[in-house]
Parts: sequence; structure tokens; C-alpha cells
Amino acid sequence: MDVTTKEAELSDLKETFGFLEDWEERYAYIIDLGKQLPPMAEALKTEATKVRGCTSQVWMVGHERLDDAGRAHLEIVADSDAHIVRGLIAILLMLYSGRTKEEIREIDAEGFLSELGLDRHLSPSRRNGLFSMVERIRALAA
Amino acid sequence: MNVTPAPATLLPNEAFDVDAVRKDFPILATRVHGKPLVFLDSAASAQKPVAVLEAMDGMYRTAYANVHRGVYTLSDVATSRYEAARETVRRFLGAADVSEIVFTSGGTDSLNLAARCWAQAFLKPGDEILVCESEHHSNIVPWQLAAAATGAVVKPIPVTDEGAFDFSAFAAMLGPKVKLVAVAHMSNVLGSIMPIKEIAAATHAIGAKIVVDGCQGAVHQKVDVRDLDVDFYAITGHKIYGPTGIGALYGRRELLDMMPPYKGGGDMIETVSFERSTWAEPPARFEAGTPMIVEAIGLAAAIDYVESLGIERIHAHETDVLDHATALLNAIPGLRIIGTAPGKGGVISFTVDGAHPSDIATLLDQRGVAVRAGHHCAQPLMVRMGVSATTRASFAMYSTRAEAEALAQGVERALALLR
Repeated sequence: MDVTTKEAELSDLKETFGFLEDWEERYAYIIDLGKQLPPMAEALKTEATKVRGCTSQVWMVGHERLDDAGRAHLEIVADSDAHIVRGLIAILLMLYSGRTKEEIREIDAEGFLSELGLDRHLSPSRRNGLFSMVERIRALAA
Repeated sequence: MNVTPAPATLLPNEAFDVDAVRKDFPILATRVHGKPLVFLDSAASAQKPVAVLEAMDGMYRTAYANVHRGVYTLSDVATSRYEAARETVRRFLGAADVSEIVFTSGGTDSLNLAARCWAQAFLKPGDEILVCESEHHSNIVPWQLAAAATGAVVKPIPVTDEGAFDFSAFAAMLGPKVKLVAVAHMSNVLGSIMPIKEIAAATHAIGAKIVVDGCQGAVHQKVDVRDLDVDFYAITGHKIYGPTGIGALYGRRELLDMMPPYKGGGDMIETVSFERSTWAEPPARFEAGTPMIVEAIGLAAAIDYVESLGIERIHAHETDVLDHATALLNAIPGLRIIGTAPGKGGVISFTVDGAHPSDIATLLDQRGVAVRAGHHCAQPLMVRMGVSATTRASFAMYSTRAEAEALAQGVERALALLR
């Protein structure tokens, strides 16, 4: 996915969140995003790929793809056994997956999530879990 | 302090008035996400009545000093209140003597005390500790530590598919190597009430000792350690509407007498010299340092409050709410209740096809309904019941049928979003 498509997707996401009126609609949308997340091969769900600190099980792997200019882009595959977490993963992948490592390191995840209003609508334990995932993505891009 | 209404004390023939009881718990008026709080996590920790808050506040305001030390009036007052709290716990558990009640920091601390000072001190290599597989980690790990230190072995006692204590399997495990049996009075996940009196009789028949985790059990039914004939019985304050940081271990006096100290420090000694120190008699031997003075008084206030309402009456009320919630949840397609033993206490653990417990708990929270999701500190039991986690709703004296309905409606609504 090229950068302009990605930015368009993120701006759509922000717009949609802006339309959602109450918590139930917001969660329904997050759950829906989770249902659209591509499946992760069961073989990849191991202790090594598990992300600690989440309220449910989360696995995440990254692999590099070189573009025509020879720049490395990080493609991220992740999954969870919980629907809400899967939806949060889908949002994080929209934000991060496919970008170069330099871009990933520069992204202000906190700022983006607060633009969506997610910082206010998630419980502290979920927020911690979300930032455990962000930390893992940053580690993959290190 | 005189303006507060009197707590909801009941006469013997009066019906249980849950609305009056709820007024004694200020936190129940809280709103969460703009909705009235429906607190269904009392098995993790119960809310506190005004009687407990005022007892603790009053102690700090009018009668506080360190105990067992002073020759001055205030310390004597504090000491007599602290020791009166011990007498309240003795009466509550039906112990023969007040010296059999050791104050601890909670249920976990109580069980660790028994493990360290009895099991670790007296078990030998090859001795067996039988632990029920439905136990909370607090009644598993201390025995594993004692086993690792002594060469003893921990063996799980099975539960049945419905979550009841498997007595015939237990009886088949009893042999000359068994020295200790550890079991909860009531499972924090399944709600099952374990047949402690029968387990104790079988345990004693082979000369072994029995330790009971009463953290849930003592909250929901009358306990009499002499009638049950148990050797150790652990309770915690915060699940019985008392403060955190306080619990108690009942120990049979002859066992406490032979046990070495748990922690070293002030109050637990008889004499100290650099050559040799000698230990105080129980229970002081096990209460090193300044104790949880005000918390002990809060615990006694909580027990007085429970007794003023009548624990049998509370139990009957909780069972009514439990039965109502069970019927409503059982009507939801794909929902499976984990723990269906007859006569169970006020806990419902459940799983639903296609919905993770943390999803259900998160969506319930948005409706103001507080439940727990996870393994409930009982991972071996999760494996036994074939689940990785459950959602758990637990009921207390202040729970209502309307709250059971809010739970069931919330679960149905969550499933509509998740499926």
C-alpha cells in the first residue's frame, strides 16, 4: 500500500470515529474492524510472538519488504483471541504496517489514538495493553 | 458522627431488606460511564459498610496508639480494642480459645503462614500434600514452596465435571504418605461448597492435617471450626466487607505451640540476646512488628455487621439472586456456566461461544456492570474445565435481582455486538 492510500485510510478512520455517537457504536465499529483483520497462521502464535501486558492473548510478527528504491518496509501481522483487541490491532496496523522503520519510529501513537478519542474510552488496563502492542511494533522497527 | 442512621440490624423474624442494606454501603450510589454501578465482583473484594468506615475512623480519631507496648492509658485502650477484635474473630469462627486466632495481612498471608511454619517445619521427603485442583493460587503455591523446601510432593485432588469435590477420588488418594490436605471451603470460580467436615474426618482418620481456605466460605455461611474439626482455617478481611491488609489464621493451639515463628521482629519474642532469642506464646509469636491495629478493628466491625444481619439470612438472599441470575443466563444461547454443583454459593463463572471474557467484561463495564474476566488466579482449574478464561459475576449481601437482570441484559447486548 502506498503512502497516500494509507493516509487516506487513516483520515477515513478519524472521520468515522467522529461520526460515532456513543460508546456502543464506537465499540461496534472497533469489533467490526477486528472481524476484517486478515487471519494469522496458527503456527505463528507462539510464546516468542506473544505480546505481554494485554487483557487477552495477542501475537505479533513483522517481516521486511524492500521497495523498488531499496527501502525496507515493515509489514506487521497480528491477532488476538478477543474481538475488541483484534479491532484495536486493526487500527494499529492501519497506522503502522507497511511503513519504513524510520517512519514507524517517528509516529506519535499517543497523539493519533487521542485524535480518535480512544485514550478516553479505554480502561487503563486496555490502554496499557494497547501501548504494549505499540512498544512491540517500535521494537520490531528498531 | 451521631447523625448517621443506624445500620440495618434485623430482628430474628424480620425479612432481609436489601434496599436498607444497600444504604449502608455509600459506594453503591456511584455512577460508572453515567450508569448506576452494578457491582458484581464482590468475590474479588467486597464493598464496605458505613459501620466499618466509622469504626476505623473513630479508632484513629479517639483511641489510637501502638498496642502491647505502652503503660499509658491510650495504648491500653488501643490494646484492649485490638484484642477485642481478636475475640470477635474467635467467636465468628467458633474457635475454642482466642490464642488460636493469629492476625495476618490477608488470606494469602494466612495460608503462607501455615505452609511455612507447619508444612515446611514438619514435612519430610516423600510426604504428600493433597491440594484440590480448583484452588486459588494462594492455596497451591505456598504448598509448592513448602514441598520444594522439604522434598514433599503436591498432588491434585480432582473435581467432578460440575465442579464438586470428588470425594471418592480423594478417598482413594489417602495413604500413609499423606500428611496434609489443603482445600477451599468455597471455590472462588465455581462457587462449589466443599464438604469440609467429611474431608476433615477422612484426613484425620489417616493422621494427616487439614488446612481450609475460608476466604470465600466464611463470607457466605456460618463457620464453626470445632464442628468442622479442621486444623487451620484462613480468612481475609476485605472479602467479608472489612478493610484490606487484614486477615486471620485459625490454628489449633497444640499445632501453633509447636510451630516456629513466621517473621522475626518486635512483639513476637519473649527475650532477645545476641546469643539466643526465645519466642512468645501464640498468637503473638506469629505477629511480628506493629500489627494492623485499625484494620483488625475494621474487620471486627465488619463481622459484627454481618452477624447483626444474620449470615444465614444473607446466604438465603444471595442464593435467591444467584438462582435468578442463573436462570436468566442459562436462557442465553451458547452460554455455558462453569460450576454447577448443587448448593453452590453466589458465584457464576461462564463462557460464551464466540465471545472472549475480556470482551464481555469490557462491554458490561460500559453499562456500569462490574464483573471479572480472566483465570481468577486458578489456572489449573481452567485447564481442568477446558477453558482459558471465564467471565465471573459474584454476589454479596447488597446484590439484587434487578442487578442480575442488568447482568443478563448486558451479556445479551454484548453478544449482539460481538457476534
